[in-house]
Formats: sequence, C-alpha cells, structure tokens
Amino acid sequence: MQCVVTGGNVKVLAKAIHSLSRIGDELYVEPQQDGLALRSVNSSRSAYACFLFAPLFFSRYSLPNGHDFRCKMAIKSVQSVFRSLATLEKTVEKCHIELDEQKNRLTFTLHCKHGLLKTHNLSYQDSESLQAVFDKEGCGNVFRAQPRLLVDTVVHFPPSLEEVSVSVSDNRMWFRNHVDEEERSKAMVTELCLASDEFDHFAVHAHNSVTFCLKELRGLLVFAESTGLPISMYFDEPGSPVVLSVTDSVLEGNFVLATLSHDDHSFQKNNTKGAPTAPPPPLDDFMNDDMDPYLIAMDTSMAPGTPEASSALTVCSPPQTPAANHSTRLHCEEEEEEEEETVDSDRPPNKKFRSLFFGSVFPSQMSTQPLPDQDVLASDSEEDDS
Amino acid sequence: MKFRGKIIDIACLNHFSRVVTTIAKLTKTCVLRLTPDNLFFVLSGKVANGGVSMWCELSQGNFFDEYQMEGVSSEDNEICLELSPENLSRALKTVQNAKSVKVKLTKKHCPCVTVSAELPTLSSVSRVVTHDVPVEVIPRRLWHELKEPSVPDFHVSIYLPPLKTMKNVVDRMKNLSNFLVVEANLNGEMNLKIETDLVSVTTHFKDLGNPPWGGGSEGGADPEGMAEARVDIRRLQQFLMGQQVTPTKAMCNIVHQRILHLVVLHDDASLQYFIPAVA
Repeated sequence: MQCVVTGGNVKVLAKAIHSLSRIGDELYVEPQQDGLALRSVNSSRSAYACFLFAPLFFSRYSLPNGHDFRCKMAIKSVQSVFRSLATLEKTVEKCHIELDEQKNRLTFTLHCKHGLLKTHNLSYQDSESLQAVFDKEGCGNVFRAQPRLLVDTVVHFPPSLEEVSVSVSDNRMWFRNHVDEEERSKAMVTELCLASDEFDHFAVHAHNSVTFCLKELRGLLVFAESTGLPISMYFDEPGSPVVLSVTDSVLEGNFVLATLSHDDHSFQKNNTKGAPTAPPPPLDDFMNDDMDPYLIAMDTSMAPGTPEASSALTVCSPPQTPAANHSTRLHCEEEEEEEEETVDSDRPPNKKFRSLFFGSVFPSQMSTQPLPDQDVLASDSEEDDS
Repeated sequence: MKFRGKIIDIACLNHFSRVVTTIAKLTKTCVLRLTPDNLFFVLSGKVANGGVSMWCELSQGNFFDEYQMEGVSSEDNEICLELSPENLSRALKTVQNAKSVKVKLTKKHCPCVTVSAELPTLSSVSRVVTHDVPVEVIPRRLWHELKEPSVPDFHVSIYLPPLKTMKNVVDRMKNLSNFLVVEANLNGEMNLKIETDLVSVTTHFKDLGNPPWGGGSEGGADPEGMAEARVDIRRLQQFLMGQQVTPTKAMCNIVHQRILHLVVLHDDASLQYFIPAVA
C-alpha cells in the first residue's frame, strides 16, 4: 500500500485522526478499493467512528498487492506523527504513507519545507475488519447544519458533561444536559432551543428524544469546523444509534453513537403526545412575555416514561467485507438482536456476524418522581451483559 | 414568592457575571438574598467554612433593566435562596453575547433560579438557552443568620496596596507556611509576615494611607502601634484570587488578634470578607 497526501489534505487527515482519538485508543486502518478507511471504536463499543478517504483524496493511492490487508495500531502513536496541528499546514508539503509488510511497519514520511524529512515507523497488529452496523438512510429524523451552529450549541454545556439529550418537534430541536436521577436536585440543567430554519435541512418523522455522549460529538465538531463541512445527524427512536456524518466529494466520516433507550410504552407516549407541543400552564411564571412560551415548552419536552433497557449499536466483524452496504445490513442486525436475546451466552456467536452486543437493565423508576428521565448510558453497561 | 429580572445592557451583564464569578471563587455555596432594591450574596461564618463570612451587596438598579420581586410576605419582602455561585457563574458566562438575559425564580424539578437568554442568530427565530440553577429556599426562621455583619470595633483601618501585588506576595508565602500574619498601623504601614521554624519572611508596605474614620475605638492610640491578625493563608489567597477588576477602593480593618475584615468597593457593588484570626 502506498498513499501520498499533499497540501491542505494533510491537515484534513490529521484532524480526522485527532477526532478518531476522541473515540477509542486504537486506529484501525484498512485500505479498500474505494479508499482508505480509518476507524475507531471505544472500549465499551458504544461509539464507533469511520473516515473513508476516496482514492481521489490522495495524489497517489495504491492497494497492497494481491491480498486484503488490515491492521490496527495505538492511535496515540499516529497522533504523534501529526502532533502540532497548528504548524502542520504551513510546514508539511506532502505525507507518504507506506506499508512495509516485511518489517510489519507502517511508515509515515512527512516532507516538510526546506527539504526536511520526518519519518515515523509505526508497528501494527493484524486485525479483523471493524465494521459497525447502522443504517442512516433509514432514519426518520434527518438534520444537516453548519458546524458553527453545533459548536455554538455545545459551548453552553460544561466540558465535564458526559451525555446530552436531543429532542425534536416539527420545527425545533432541543439540547439538554442529561442528569442522573440522584443528582437531579443538585445539578444545573441547561437547555438550548434551535429553530428549524437555523438548519440547512430539517426533517422530522417522529418526535423523539435521544441521549448520547457529548465527547464524541465534540470530536467530530473539531473535524467539521476545521474542514468547514456541514454535519448531518440521523436518528430514530431512543435506543437505536444516532449517526453523525460529514461528507464531501473525496471523503466521508460517520460517527455512530449508542443512545439510551426507553421501553415501548414510553416511546409510544412520547410519539403520540408530540412531545413539546402541549405545555401545561406555567406554575409560577411571573410575567407574561415573549420568551416564555419557549421556556414552558422546554419544560415539558421530555414526555413521561419509564426507562428500562438499553441497547446500543452493534459492532460486528464480517470476515471479508469491503465497503458496507448499510441498508442491507440493517435487517441482519435486527435478526441478530432478537437472536441475541434468546441465545445462551455460552454458545458460540453467530457465524456470519460476531456481535459485541451489550445492554443493561435499569432500575425501575419510582412513580412518585415528578419528572421522568432516562437514566443509564449504554456505554456504562457493557459488563452487565457480556 | 416571585422574582424576575432582566438584563439587556451587555456591560451590566458582563459586570454581573464578574461579580458572581468573584463570589464563586470565594465559596462553594452561599445565600442569594433578594430585596426590592438590592441583591446580596451572603456567607455567614460557620465552622464548616472556616469561620469565614462574606457580604456582597449589589444595587439592582445598576445591573437590571427590569426587576420585579415579591417576597415571602409584605412585611418580610425578601427572598433567601441557597445556591452554588459556581453554577450561576457558569450560566452567566455562556450567555455573554446574548441580546437579553432573564433571571427568574422558577419551580422546575426543584426550585431553581433560571437564567434564560435570547442569543443572536441569523434566522428569524431567536435561539434560547436556559440554565436552571437549583436553589434551596431558606425558611424565614433561619433568616436571622443572614443579617449584615456589623462592622467590627477595629483597632486599625488601612487602604490595601494593589491587590495584584498583594496576591503575588501571598502566593509565594503560601509555599512556605499555612498561616500568615497581617499587621498594620495608623501610620499607613502594613506588613505581611510568615514565621516558621526555618524561615521568617516579611513584606513591608508603607504610605498606604488610612481611611478618614481612623483609629477605631481606642482614641489616642499610638499611630506606630501595630494591630495584627494571624489568618489561614488559603482564605486570604482565595480572596485575592477572586478579584477580577481593580476596585475603586480596597481596604482592610484589623481587630487585634481576632478578625481580618477586608472591604472592596466598586461603583455599584461592595464586598466584605471576614477572616477569623487563629492563635
């Protein structure tokens, strides 16, 4: 394999690796016919990210001879190749990525100004193909926004915040920090409302609310902001993953994040009630004024429900799958999920897909609680099921 | 019990947020006391917080474009809320570029002070962000703990040197000792001292000037005579660290071996901080 990246694309590659490092500790590298795939998954397998750089992204792109090759390596060591992101653009003219299978080395050579050459030889491990199962095209709720909008949104949330909930109605989107039940009385709740016309594209099919990790979103924002690419967001119901993606003619990035799930009952309720459209009268609002209707609407944007179980995205390793055809894969995933529930954990996994599937049972919620909420994040729960 | 205030002016918003940030640097929790004319941030000296007390007074008219409140009753037209100034400060900081900011007492999952802001956007509809800062409403029977501390019968009152200079000195002294002696006289001299088994360090300040109300109770006291207070150096450091803007006036009063009383005056806000002396 040999890839040559030149000019501004070096920085794009570096930023991509940087945002992948927000997901997991390892970088999965797979040169494919349709481009170079860089992937990462977090340890609890609740977040997965993939960048595919098309052959046209490179000024030269060749595949390893005669056989499929894939490997993984510590993402930190790859990050260190592109350490100083700020000066990278000015100093690096060209980046060669070359595979030396004899020595088991992946070599990054940076051609800098004044004929300076920086060579990094990174060792790697062979790996299975890492491929998450998701179907973004099948999602009912689809949004696209300029990165600035989301950057200005997440800035209102503290860096320490782990999870954020996103709710939608026909023409609004709410961001809200997710607070654990026991911390409710102490924690500050922040809520931000965006109107549909701030988005480039706003299509709502179901009035749902999903909760996912903010860290990975911030990771993608770093990439999207520097490349100026709009971010698309796809989701369905709570429990099924949210997909955040950036696309361009020569690259595609998909971040797949597990979401918290409600049980069916609350989901129905959520759906039929049309979450934020029917606010109760304000309890103690002092004055009438223009901003209040929004505030009231936000108060009730979380419809009551009893959280029960969480599923998360399924990451599977098909032995030989080049570019994924996501829509055909979806129904496999559903079968897989059903099977998983009945299958004894000791049995060997399904032959076609090896799924790392996880979930958790939430403590049932007290009926006395005035405000419902969904409460355990999938990423915390992998141990419970495996 | 109702409260609602609105800030439109960006300078006022900025100033208010700086005051709250200063408070947040001093204490994890404090009481926000609202009266028709003023807002107070109060910390009463309990053992839990090292006996430190704080009294910060803001005149609402200088910060709020609209301000309405209705207290517990018409006789006790006040509201007292315990909150985390850190939360409030964070909420205010994220809305610095807002078109307008409202601060309201609301009843959400618990009583909250809600900071809601209308943010500028390119679209026709404003972007609205709300921060619900949980508060605890303080019952009237506990209000007596929140009265303004009476200015102690101090022995010496003196203007402070530039707080930044003082901070630099105290920061370095903190590496050497946990306690610091502040001593001053009516001749405009102040010393910051640490004394340990290994080392004694003193920084001398002179010509600081004494406020006109002068020499406290003991009339005819010797102008050279030093009054001193030995205090926990962290408390003094916290106080100096929190000061975000140069105040109009900064002074300290010392009750010999009992209290160090620091006073910072701004045009529209004042902060008093009491640090008990230790033996």
